[in-house]
Amino acid sequence: MIRVSGLTKDYGTRRAIESLTFEAEQGEILGFLGPNGAGKTTTMRILTGYMPPTEGEATVAGYDVVAESIEVRRRVGYLPETVPLYNDMTVFDYLKFMADLRHLPNGDDRVDETLEMVGLEDRAEGYISNLSKGMRQRVGLGQALLHRPEVLILDEPTIGLDPGQVVDVRNVIREIGKERTVLLSTHILSEAQQLCDRVLIINKGRIVAEDTPANLQASLIGSERVMLRVRGEADDLIDTIRKIRGITNVQPKEDGVLEFQFAPGQDVRAIVARTTIEAGYDLLEMRPIGMSLEDIFLQLTREENVEVEV
Amino acid sequence: MRNIWTIAKREYKIYFSSPLAYIVMLIILSVIGMIFALNIINLTSNPFGMNQAPDVSVVTGPMAFMLVFSAPALTMRLLADEQRMGTLELMLTAPVRDWELVVGKWFGSFLFVLTMIGITLIFPYLLNSMITPGIDQQLMLSSYLGIILVSAAFLSIGVSISAMFSNQFAAFFLTMGLLVIIWFLIGIPGQILFTGGEFFKYLDMSDRFYNSLNQGIINLSDIVYFLSVTALGLFIGSVAIEMRRWR
Repeated sequence: MIRVSGLTKDYGTRRAIESLTFEAEQGEILGFLGPNGAGKTTTMRILTGYMPPTEGEATVAGYDVVAESIEVRRRVGYLPETVPLYNDMTVFDYLKFMADLRHLPNGDDRVDETLEMVGLEDRAEGYISNLSKGMRQRVGLGQALLHRPEVLILDEPTIGLDPGQVVDVRNVIREIGKERTVLLSTHILSEAQQLCDRVLIINKGRIVAEDTPANLQASLIGSERVMLRVRGEADDLIDTIRKIRGITNVQPKEDGVLEFQFAPGQDVRAIVARTTIEAGYDLLEMRPIGMSLEDIFLQLTREENVEVEV
Repeated sequence: MRNIWTIAKREYKIYFSSPLAYIVMLIILSVIGMIFALNIINLTSNPFGMNQAPDVSVVTGPMAFMLVFSAPALTMRLLADEQRMGTLELMLTAPVRDWELVVGKWFGSFLFVLTMIGITLIFPYLLNSMITPGIDQQLMLSSYLGIILVSAAFLSIGVSISAMFSNQFAAFFLTMGLLVIIWFLIGIPGQILFTGGEFFKYLDMSDRFYNSLNQGIINLSDIVYFLSVTALGLFIGSVAIEMRRWR
């Protein structure tokens, strides 16, 4: 559905993205994860036919984004990060206007259906200037869905929404993603984890990682981490545990809490538990800590030359 | 084609919900009305009889003058607003060609000005009922054709400049400057220079209006001139929009 090869974009002397290569298949929700300024919006703007790349090629639904831009735009629904809307129109009039621009037959009915999809049937006659941010986002999403496109490109679709609205929007995206291709960008890691089938981590214009959220987590856990909590101070316990065979690292956290690491495969938890009790401490809690996507994200984007080949 | 109409329809409606457009219309129609009334009063109160019946050009002449200053006001927001509000990104990612967007915006403003010109038809009508055997029909036709062509050209210049800015007022002043030049100033070198003066006379828009169309002369070269200026304006506007993609 989306095929990108060697995509590069320079804004004058600043290189925004470099040699991006990736693909997205039908029915897949692909996430763009990256810090601000990583090049997510630039890539999306190229894929929606807004601007041409400096180098490289991209096709969406089989059409080249430069040579066949109009065809691409017919098949893509785009929600820009700024959620631009015409404040002087009513919700219905705005969607009707966009439907007319897309030559949709039965425009009125289509608008009504779309309003239901995004849950705005009640606000159809209201002016866009009176809407809350969450509703504006839903109007924008409605605009992107009007023509039931094969590909949806959403730039930070849940940014600025309150938790309830975030859930609603994510549900809509999940529904849509079942049959269509969705490319969404976010810097909310849990969102990428929850919604996306695959995640592309972008930093400084380059892809630094590409895989399913589960695989990314699995491949980047270098060691097992476990948290230990005892009653009282644990300072002396640290040295005791450090001596246990198989433990690679012990670190104090808060009062009475420490974190120990051991190489995968050598489950020393039972030994640690026994050692702790025999040393006279009250063992209160022992819990494994997984490497969340957040940790992966931070690790990958803070280190300069890390590229994970998966 | 359909896109042009969709966009034009929207812009036309927006004019009627904006105070600026009403003010422009009000002022133009009031000024024309006053000039018309003063003309009639002046001629009819002359105890020595009328010298010459007023003709339609007392309506279209002032209107052209006023358009130099009001066309910029009508076009300044057309594309500058889209840029400022961020909705240009929507238009440029919709299946609408750049020139369709520009022509649509122009056409919406053109329809608005045509509406205003249509309202001024009341004056020739009144004139016709006051004069025997009636007003000069050829003059009426050519004057109104002239003002329509002038509007088309002015508005296309305005739209193309609106495409270049995100600030409405910059668009307003540059448009007004250009219109003042092309209307009042560009013919002047033609009267000063010994050779090559015809070039400036050729470009002088007010000459083509006041001395030709507004006097009943319908010349193909004048029509081609106005249509060319209109087309050039729309072309430049499209190029300006396309250039935004490359930034």
